[in-house]
Order: sequence, then structure tokens, then C-alpha cells
Amino acid sequence: MIDWSHTAVTIAVILGSCLTLAGMLIWLERRLLGVWQERYGPNRLGPGGCLQSLADMIKIFTKEDWVPPFADKAVFVITPAIVVITSLMSFAVVPVAPDFVVADLNVGVLFFLAMSSLAAYSVIIGGWASNNKFAFLGSLRAIAQLLSYEVFMGLSLMGAVLLAGSFNLSDIVEAQRHQWFVIPQFFGFLCFFMAGLAEAHRTPFDMPEAEAELVAGYHSEYSGMKFGMFFVGEYLSILLLSAMTVILFFGGWHGPWLPPAVWFALKMFGFIVLIILIRATWPRFRFDQLLTFGWKVVMPLALINLLLTGGIVLWKAGSPELLTMVP
Amino acid sequence: MMSIWIYARNLVVGLWVVFKRTFTKPVTVQYPEERPYLPPRWRGRIVLTRDPDGEERCVACYLCSAACPVDCIALQAADNPEAHERRYPEFFRINFSRCIYCGMCEEACPTNAIQLIPDFEQSEYARRNLVYEKEDLLISGTGKYHDYNFYRVAGVRTCDKDKGQGANEFPPVDVRSLMP
Repeated sequence: MIDWSHTAVTIAVILGSCLTLAGMLIWLERRLLGVWQERYGPNRLGPGGCLQSLADMIKIFTKEDWVPPFADKAVFVITPAIVVITSLMSFAVVPVAPDFVVADLNVGVLFFLAMSSLAAYSVIIGGWASNNKFAFLGSLRAIAQLLSYEVFMGLSLMGAVLLAGSFNLSDIVEAQRHQWFVIPQFFGFLCFFMAGLAEAHRTPFDMPEAEAELVAGYHSEYSGMKFGMFFVGEYLSILLLSAMTVILFFGGWHGPWLPPAVWFALKMFGFIVLIILIRATWPRFRFDQLLTFGWKVVMPLALINLLLTGGIVLWKAGSPELLTMVP
Repeated sequence: MMSIWIYARNLVVGLWVVFKRTFTKPVTVQYPEERPYLPPRWRGRIVLTRDPDGEERCVACYLCSAACPVDCIALQAADNPEAHERRYPEFFRINFSRCIYCGMCEEACPTNAIQLIPDFEQSEYARRNLVYEKEDLLISGTGKYHDYNFYRVAGVRTCDKDKGQGANEFPPVDVRSLMP
């Protein structure tokens, strides 16, 4: 029996906090980039400038809602919604705390992978519908990137799934009560984090946007709130990447003394800061470098990791005293 | 194989180098609240100064206008019949939307009348407001040279002294008396 009122509250809290956090993340990123470049970021509006995103939002709402005459109008308009919807849908399976999840799917990992793959379509068709050469080049790069990261992203997760013996994200978190999966699955974590950076189009894999080369990449033609949706979608995918990393490899809500949701938020914050630090530090790859790296280095690494993990799980399952530990 | 480790180490070292910047103070000067120190010789807004007697220093010689590389200074000389036909600018106009603050006019000025002062806050909403007339340029003080008074050292007759009575000046010599 589903408790509808509990579900409604959970949906409201997760939806509200995700959208607010995505807005705050824009400010946080600008502030942190400022700190690391020995300047202040936006520090005028509100305490420490934290209402900057609000001002940006007001400004972006007052902009002209413009569709270029040469664009494919219907697709052009729908595309920004896809990235936000798919990113928000992924949060449905994210367990923030025990029993605090919108949909405790038994295939949560697969749902997350499916939604993140769908989000990539917005980039591809957004650039295509713009009918602009820079946007088109951005889309081409997004496709090349998709081909390289999508395969090893799924494979890198399978180690954690094998250890937990479940596709359910709550079960995976529960399986890390005594040991975080980052220790047995260190290479899996590295591969997943890399794939996640590519999936969120973050430095060093932000070729589809590549401000220095492609104007703004796939969203060159977008302005006003449609551009804002792409922006929010990008920050939602950063939130999602850090949430999934915490859930799959860093023990989710587990931690001493503090309440579970606080531990989850703290770990997520750490990864968000790391992602911004990476943006502040590392240069951008070329997309053929990412293809080479993805297929020749990370893919074999993920496969070997999966093979070894599977072998160890089976070996442990073979000994009767450890049989109880593996479901 | 070794090179992979070197690359990996360099990536992490890079992250650490950037992260260390968390604990350094930003170099930004937060302008409207904090003001940068401007040295006295800073070349900013142009003013026309007066001599210690309170008279205009400018003698309308056009040297500033001629020296100006962007031709932003316009003036018209006139004689003042009430002060021994003393020359003065009838109008003096500087177009600050053209001015490049090079200070050539200040270097050219023989009377230290035109001076650049440490003030850069000249923003205007309309471009025409950047054209400064003589009443906008003229200040009541002496600027950077407090004691300099051109007519005291110029060797010309003024209302209160004759030739040869100025500072560092000898009485005029009758050249016809200089016989060998």
C-alpha cells in the first residue's frame, strides 16, 4: 500500500530542493571559481551574493523569447524542456535518506542510466534544430562523446550492483553500511565519475559547449528562458552526478552522529565542490582524445573491474560462511 | 606506462595548486566602496588652473590644442582690454569622449595652466555631456604648482609692474648704450 501523502511530500521536497539547489549552484560555482582565481564572485545581492541567481532569473524572464527563423521551431522549443525533465525524473529514484525516496524502483540504476541517456538527446537535437554551424558542431561532438562514455558508464556501475546484489539504489546504500564501495570498487568509481563528467558536459569533457571554440556549442542559438532551462539542466545533472556517486560508492546517507539526510547532503556538497574545482583547473579534451581514452583505456578498465568483482563475489559465495553476506 | 602516472600526478597536483587559492585573499579592489590610491601625478580629468593671484593662467597660446594627438581641445584667443590687452581664452572646450588622457597638453603648456588631475570618474549617460566648457574646466586653485605665476617671471608689462621688475629679472638694457 503506497502512502500517497508521504509520496506527495517527498516529491514536493525533492523537486523544490533540486530546483533551488540548481539555482544556488550557479551562484556557488561563480563564487568558487572567483575564490580560486583570487577574486570575488558575485557578492552583491543578498548575504554573500547568494540571491544572484534570483536576479539572473528575473532578468532572463524579461528577455525576448526568440526563435531564429531558420530553426526547426517545434523541436527547438521542446528541447530545453527535455533536459530538465529527464534530469528531474532521475531524482525520482535517488534515496536521500532511508524511506525518503519518490520511487523506490527495483531497477533504479537502470532508470537512472536510461534517463541520463535521454538527456543527451536534448543536446543532440537542440544543436540540430538550431540549424547553426556552431550548434551543429556541438551536437556532433555530443554524439561522439555519447558513444565513448555511455558504454563504460553502465559497466562501471555494475561492480557496485554486483556487490550489493540489487539494482535498487536503497539496497545498494544499505549494502555499504560497513564499507563504502569506493574501496573495493575504486576503479569503478573513477570510471563512473569520468563518465558522469562527460554526461553532465563538464570540464574536462565540455566539448559540446566549448565556449572558447564553438560560441556556446549546442545552445548558441538559445536565449532567454530556453537558455536558462539548458543552464538549469546542466546544474541538475551536476547534482545528479554527485548524488549518484555518493549513493553508489560513498555510502549514501550512512555516517555517524548526524542525521542521514545531512550526511547525504554533505557528501554531495563535497563532490559538487570537486566538480567545480576540476572546472577551475583542468583544460578541455579533444573529442577524439575522449573517444580514444574511453574505448582504449576506460572501457577495458571497467571490463576488468567487472570481471574481477564478479569473480570475487562468486568466490565468496562459494564458501558457506560468507554465503549469508551475499544475497 | 610511467607517463600515465606522471599525467595522473600532474592532474592531482594541479587540483591542489588551485585549491590552495581558497586561503589567499582576493586581489580585487571592490570599487565603489574601496577606492584605489591614485598618485598625485595620475593623468585623469583635465582642469584649467589659476595663478596665486586668482587670475586665469591660460594665455590662449593654442599649444595644447596643437599638441593634442586626437584634436579634442578647441579654444579661441581674445585680448582683455581691461588688463593690458592680456590674452585669455574666449572659450575653451575639451571633448572628453575623444581625450586619451595622454598628458601632451600639460607638457606643452608654457604657463602650467592646463593640468591633469587624479580623477577618472567621468561617466555620463549622454555623450554630449562629455564636452566640457571653460566653466566646467576652470578651477579656483593653483593645481599642482602652488607658487608659479607666469606673469611674475614672464618679463612683460602687467598692471602692477613694468618690464624688468619681475622675479629673477634685470632692468632692461638700452642696447644702444652697449658700445665697444
